[in-house]
Amino acid sequence: MSNVLLKVLSRQVLLAFRRPAAVLNPLVFVGVVVLMMPLGLGPEREMLGEFSPGLMWITALLASLLSVETLFRGDYDDGTLEQLVTSGHSLYFASMGYLLSHWCVAGIPLILCSGLFASMLSMPSEGIVPLMASLFAGTLVLSAFGTLGASITVALRRGGMLLSLLLLPLEVPVLILGAGVVARAIAGMPIVDLLSIMMGLAMLALALAPIAIAASIRISLEV
Amino acid sequence: MSNLPLIRCHEASIHRGDRCLIADLDWSVNAGELWQVTGDNGTGKTSLLRVLAGLAPNSLVGQCEREGATLYLGHKNGVKADFSPRENLALSLGADAQFSAKETDRALQVVGLGQHLDEPAYRLSAGQQRRIGLARLVLPSPRLWILDEPLTAIDVSGVGLIERCVNDQIHRGGAVVFTSHQPLMAGTLRRLHLSGGRGVIHGV
Amino acid sequence: MAWTWFHRLGSPPWIYAFAGRLLRFLLPLTLLLLLVGSIWGLAFSPPDFRQGNSYRIIYIHVPVSVVSLAGYYVMAIAGAVSLIWRLKVADIAMRVAAPIGAGLTFLALVTGAIWGKPTWGTWWVWDARITSMVVLLFLYLGVYALYEAYDNKALASKACAILALVGTVNIPIIYKSVDWWYSLHQPASIKFTGGTTIDPSMLYPLLLMIVAVYALYVCLILLGLRAALLESENKTKWVQQEVME
Repeated sequence: MSNVLLKVLSRQVLLAFRRPAAVLNPLVFVGVVVLMMPLGLGPEREMLGEFSPGLMWITALLASLLSVETLFRGDYDDGTLEQLVTSGHSLYFASMGYLLSHWCVAGIPLILCSGLFASMLSMPSEGIVPLMASLFAGTLVLSAFGTLGASITVALRRGGMLLSLLLLPLEVPVLILGAGVVARAIAGMPIVDLLSIMMGLAMLALALAPIAIAASIRISLEV
Repeated sequence: MSNLPLIRCHEASIHRGDRCLIADLDWSVNAGELWQVTGDNGTGKTSLLRVLAGLAPNSLVGQCEREGATLYLGHKNGVKADFSPRENLALSLGADAQFSAKETDRALQVVGLGQHLDEPAYRLSAGQQRRIGLARLVLPSPRLWILDEPLTAIDVSGVGLIERCVNDQIHRGGAVVFTSHQPLMAGTLRRLHLSGGRGVIHGV
Repeated sequence: MAWTWFHRLGSPPWIYAFAGRLLRFLLPLTLLLLLVGSIWGLAFSPPDFRQGNSYRIIYIHVPVSVVSLAGYYVMAIAGAVSLIWRLKVADIAMRVAAPIGAGLTFLALVTGAIWGKPTWGTWWVWDARITSMVVLLFLYLGVYALYEAYDNKALASKACAILALVGTVNIPIIYKSVDWWYSLHQPASIKFTGGTTIDPSMLYPLLLMIVAVYALYVCLILLGLRAALLESENKTKWVQQEVME
């Protein structure tokens, strides 16, 4: 049954290679937003540095929202999703494949570049590795919710705005915990307990979200 | 080989939104049968086929059971434009089995894409892209085929190929249910005609 | 015996009649409870030693907040029942619970603001409960917006049921994380009550109001259910007969 998980993963990763814009656009978006921050708030390093954990995490949320909008669009339009459902494959593992592939294509590049963006926002150096660690767990949860939202809205005509409305309230804990981890690390407090909670949430999301995603795919195909 | 019908519909009604498209359908499809579903536009042919394929369970009231796996080819191709024909078949999500490279290459030769094995599909014509989907008919496939307008955008030689595939499938003990506005000659044809919200069987 | 009762739940005319019978005694009872509770709380209970008389709005704010949160669970459970047992009535109950719950949440926020102005000097304060309530409001609005976005309403209900269930799992996580966030940034928080330190003369009217608002919620659901049943079954005979009468 995990055969379909690997197939979906390979497809999505191969697609990302064929269309690198899917990987690059979210990163460029984050870059542009990071540029907007000092322009809007002023360039004082201390102030920016103090806000940087929250700013980075808000940006990560927004980037995840944008990258997830077109997750199922291609496969819905060309009939791949139909083939998936009629084939008898386990939709649960296929959904997990979509979730993990989104994390690989959108989350991991962000984690890798986050150090650069955080420095641009004058984040103290103690915060950078904790930021990457929090993003590691957090982006997995964001990918879980994002894939779910995308699967519910893919058949709708104007799903974009709706997607944000559906996802942002659910992603509140990730934002709070993620920014909290970085802020505590900068203040010199231990973060292992918080990071464990985040990893726990990520595992929970990884295990449970595909159930809802599979059901939503079936609903969207019937529209 | 089991003698169970591959499709069994008992008092099945198909709805679309608030409208009832087909009411109280009693119908079964057995091994070795070729069925064409006919009817004017809007009578529910595509909806029926989607319900049979398991894509629209919420539109069904009543029983409509399928025995075993299905190959479904709908209006949409199931072909990814960014992948080559080879990649499309190797990574196909439609088949439960894994095909060997030799099998897929042979299938692509048969459908006439032997010269374009590694070209991204967006560089091929619409007809050629549809032929990638048709390669599934040449590869090992389930006993039941549900084909919605398989002849769309296919040229004359392609039509001949499809007819041969359907013929082979019937003789292997499989069953084919299809809709088509163009004639498809392949063995004894049974018809299910949809009209006025009911299905009328013109069996042989 | 239990099976016939369950079977009846699938019959719209029976539900309609049953809801009507319930309402006949529940509606006056609710109005009575609301009247007694609000007068007792708003007029007769003693003034708080710190906040004076302005705190009285909590006799509306707290019950409404509690019921708005419970209402989300009612909506999600109705959705789950509709998904698992394919009961049309559960479907309609979920649809009806969404705007009622959203309205209650909005009322909770408004009364919270009314409370906040004299207490903290501003109309809006990001304290833990208010913030959680805003997230809850958006969760409700999300379910409603999803329902409106689907043309096929049978599918819309299924999608909303899934979303509501996802929200249900998340609500405890959201509330806990907002509580933690608030404790990070506001060391000295003005918590309304620690729970056990409230004086009985204030507690009893509060409890009464909570019961009253729960009863009000049930009435609103039953009323909405009856209206929605009439609308969705408007082509059937029993509805035509009902309307004739």
